[in-house]
Amino acid sequence: MKRYDAIVIGAGHNGLTNAAYLAKAGLDVLVVEKNDYIGGAAVSRELHEGWVYSSCSYVCSMMRQSLHRDLDLSRHGLMLVPYLGTVNFDDHGNTLVSYHGEAAAYNELKRHSRHDADAMFRLQADLGRYAQVIRKTLLRTPPDPTSFRIRDIQELLFLAKQFGALGQKELYEYIRFFTLSAADFLDDYFETDIVKATMASAGIIGTALGVYSPGSSYILLHHVMGDIDGSIGAWGLARGGMGAISNALASACKSYGGEIRTNAGVDQIIVKGGRAVGVALSSGEEISANIVVSNLDARRTFTKIMDRDDLPPGIFEKAENFKIRGSSGKVNIALSGLPKFTNVPDNPYANRGGQAFTGSMETMERAYDCWKRGTWSDDPFIESVIPSAWDPTVAPPGQHWMSNFIQYCPAELADGPWTPEKRDQFGQTVVNKIERYSPGFKDLIVHMEVRTPFEIEQEVGLTEGNIFQGELTIDQLLFNRPFPGYAQYRMPVKNMYMCGSSTHPGGGVSSACGANAAREILMDLRRPNTVPEDDCYDD
Amino acid sequence: MIVTMTNADFSTEKPRPSHFQPRLDERNIHDAWSSWNGYKLAEYYFEAEYEYFCIRNTCGTYDICPMQKYLISGPDAEKMLNRMVTRDVTKMRNNRVSYVLWCTDEGRLIDDGTIFRLADDSFLLTCGSPSTAWLKKSSLGFDNVTINDRSDELAALSLQGPTSCAVLKRMGLKGIEQAKPFTIHHFDFFGDSLMVSRTGFTGGLGYELWIKAELALELWDAVYEAGADYGIHPFGEQATNMARLEAGFIMPGYEFNEALKTVHFEHDQTPFELNLDWMVDFKKPHFNGRAALLEESRRGPRYTLTKLDIEGNKPAEGAFIYDSQDCSRHIGYVTSGMWSPVVKANIALAMIETPYLKGELWAEINYEKELRHYSKIARCSVKEEPFWAPDYAKVTPPRDY
Repeated sequence: MKRYDAIVIGAGHNGLTNAAYLAKAGLDVLVVEKNDYIGGAAVSRELHEGWVYSSCSYVCSMMRQSLHRDLDLSRHGLMLVPYLGTVNFDDHGNTLVSYHGEAAAYNELKRHSRHDADAMFRLQADLGRYAQVIRKTLLRTPPDPTSFRIRDIQELLFLAKQFGALGQKELYEYIRFFTLSAADFLDDYFETDIVKATMASAGIIGTALGVYSPGSSYILLHHVMGDIDGSIGAWGLARGGMGAISNALASACKSYGGEIRTNAGVDQIIVKGGRAVGVALSSGEEISANIVVSNLDARRTFTKIMDRDDLPPGIFEKAENFKIRGSSGKVNIALSGLPKFTNVPDNPYANRGGQAFTGSMETMERAYDCWKRGTWSDDPFIESVIPSAWDPTVAPPGQHWMSNFIQYCPAELADGPWTPEKRDQFGQTVVNKIERYSPGFKDLIVHMEVRTPFEIEQEVGLTEGNIFQGELTIDQLLFNRPFPGYAQYRMPVKNMYMCGSSTHPGGGVSSACGANAAREILMDLRRPNTVPEDDCYDD
Repeated sequence: MIVTMTNADFSTEKPRPSHFQPRLDERNIHDAWSSWNGYKLAEYYFEAEYEYFCIRNTCGTYDICPMQKYLISGPDAEKMLNRMVTRDVTKMRNNRVSYVLWCTDEGRLIDDGTIFRLADDSFLLTCGSPSTAWLKKSSLGFDNVTINDRSDELAALSLQGPTSCAVLKRMGLKGIEQAKPFTIHHFDFFGDSLMVSRTGFTGGLGYELWIKAELALELWDAVYEAGADYGIHPFGEQATNMARLEAGFIMPGYEFNEALKTVHFEHDQTPFELNLDWMVDFKKPHFNGRAALLEESRRGPRYTLTKLDIEGNKPAEGAFIYDSQDCSRHIGYVTSGMWSPVVKANIALAMIETPYLKGELWAEINYEKELRHYSKIARCSVKEEPFWAPDYAKVTPPRDY
């Protein structure tokens, strides 16, 4: 029977990246995927005739450019198009448009507050400085701070140098920043609620934290440290949907000889003598390999597809306690026309890109309170994008699809399990809120796909539907991700690795986790390192 | 005394309005204007990169009214053009377009342009710079040819991008999807004739629309109405320059200095230096510059325009090229360079001394970070193919974006 050099479990974008690099290095690689389509949470499918939904992730900013370039993903069909002009809506009908041009952005802020318009320059500089340091760590393996190996010491020195270059005052600020709440962080800059709420919303997306929870300021940074072609903080759409990223990675992987099998869910990672030796599929088929790489989250990997007895003591418990809480839902809507929003300038740049129904700091916190009580938010924070206003390939001409990301939506409800009726009620809550800002919106709806954490876990496999494969708090970042002592992609069982967002640098469609894991695997195999360094714009 | 300028006459100073000017004014929200051949021309309308992405992702229009357009007709028209340009015009069939170059007797490039063969004895020559004087010189000895400068009477709009064919279909141009690259088609438009050629300067799918100036606004409105659901947006000079560089097309003022405007010896270029060997046809009868070009083809060009993929992401605009990392010998210079958002590569065109092309190439790139200036040495690799050449650009009928 055929024995592969490596099997990667899960054809999400990190799994495909990992497989592409292993195949590029000459390894015989197989990717196994439980669904009959690839992509994991970076997926696009025609769920209603003529409309292509990106059911989970919907925008892209963190994709590592050097990987895109090195794997020649453009030739494999990937085009990332920046989109501009998100409008923030508050509870009182006021709007704040995020303009791209400096003059327009300044004038718009000044409409709300002269003070905040000035302060925005300082915020952008500070965030830019923080982002600059953290960006340099993305395509590097975190050092083990307890190790005396030369490589770990070198990497620790590299980190120290990066942070040290900030200067003493900024270093203090940075350390403080990691533990602050988004609200506390922003209070130092702004006095107007709509400006604070606009900036704070990035601090809660995907996480089970509120704008007043310690640690949410880092989430904010995580959302603004990406870039599109050097424009830091910019977000883009993948032409054809987020699935275009996975498809391009799959095409690159295959061009190097990698194989991908769908409808091949893994029941068990087979371990013999303390070594991973292959996988058992749910069909009963067993496939052997010298290396097994899991792209599943840490909880799922260790508690669902591994035998507890194959693990060293404590690992199972660590996985059970890994913070991976479902907090968000997704409502994808096919529309017969472009919705119009109230109090937004009627021009082609402002009234079409994205909408953030932020409400206020208070409203967002109240939405979080609902989550804590085990109900979905009755007045949720919604981040919407209308990709079809930019991408001609995802909806029929003149018609549109709108992606709505919702905070908060719990994985488990206080009044019992999710049912299709509750799911639809949740969807209706979202539609009702949008209708408030866009009268007539409901009449445009052609088709809807409502996804709670339950559906996301069932379909994609993310535990509790957590989009980051685990919370991005300091206890689970850098050398703590997924667990202290296991941050270098090697897992406690020999020849087994992890390559998903549960590893450094965490969630987001960056391909960095998969690439970093490939680098470590090639190092263990004593093969040349063919995974590129990051291309930093500020060097 | 209050001095006002109300009655001052600036009519010569101010660039002339384009035939599309009322529509361009509405769209150029940042008043970012430059000029081309005395006409007002947009640098950009909203933002260069935004417009660039319209070219690559949806579609956009570029005002090519300022381009020079000469109707050359008569029994000797073909002979005259054939002696002027380096390609064989006699091979052109009617309703076909051909990219052409013309040179001095010394084989130095005067300009590039396109010839539209409208009939056996009728051609439209378009080019970037005014060429009346050179055309007159070139027609010496040909008695039966008339040259009619139509630059001011003909409005032209370039429609480029993957959705461009869909826009023209919605506009009602029946059968436009069957138009092959470099062909010309005519459609009824407001009782007049709209000429459409499948041509462009962006390397993607695209068309150019030609109409008499009086119908310019009607054409604009029809195109924009049809394009509303296809992401149509006007684009300016900056986005054009990005797209043409990705396609590997040369631009006067960047890759070549027009020979008739060149002061310093051999600071102009030859077709061979510009890597346009395929454009020079020695099999046809005598043409301007033939002897000099034949000689150059034997000994090889001194410089060769080369497509470079440069490591890192600092655009190499204006960079020097060296033969080694320690910059021991200066062997060329970058003519155009940019980070390409769709290719995801740091691309450049560079003039490099031909003998050194086989060795290592290093670019010394200067850049600035918060007012402090830096330079870095980056390895370059030579690309044979255009940086951006999607197969959909050549397919007929074009597939749905």
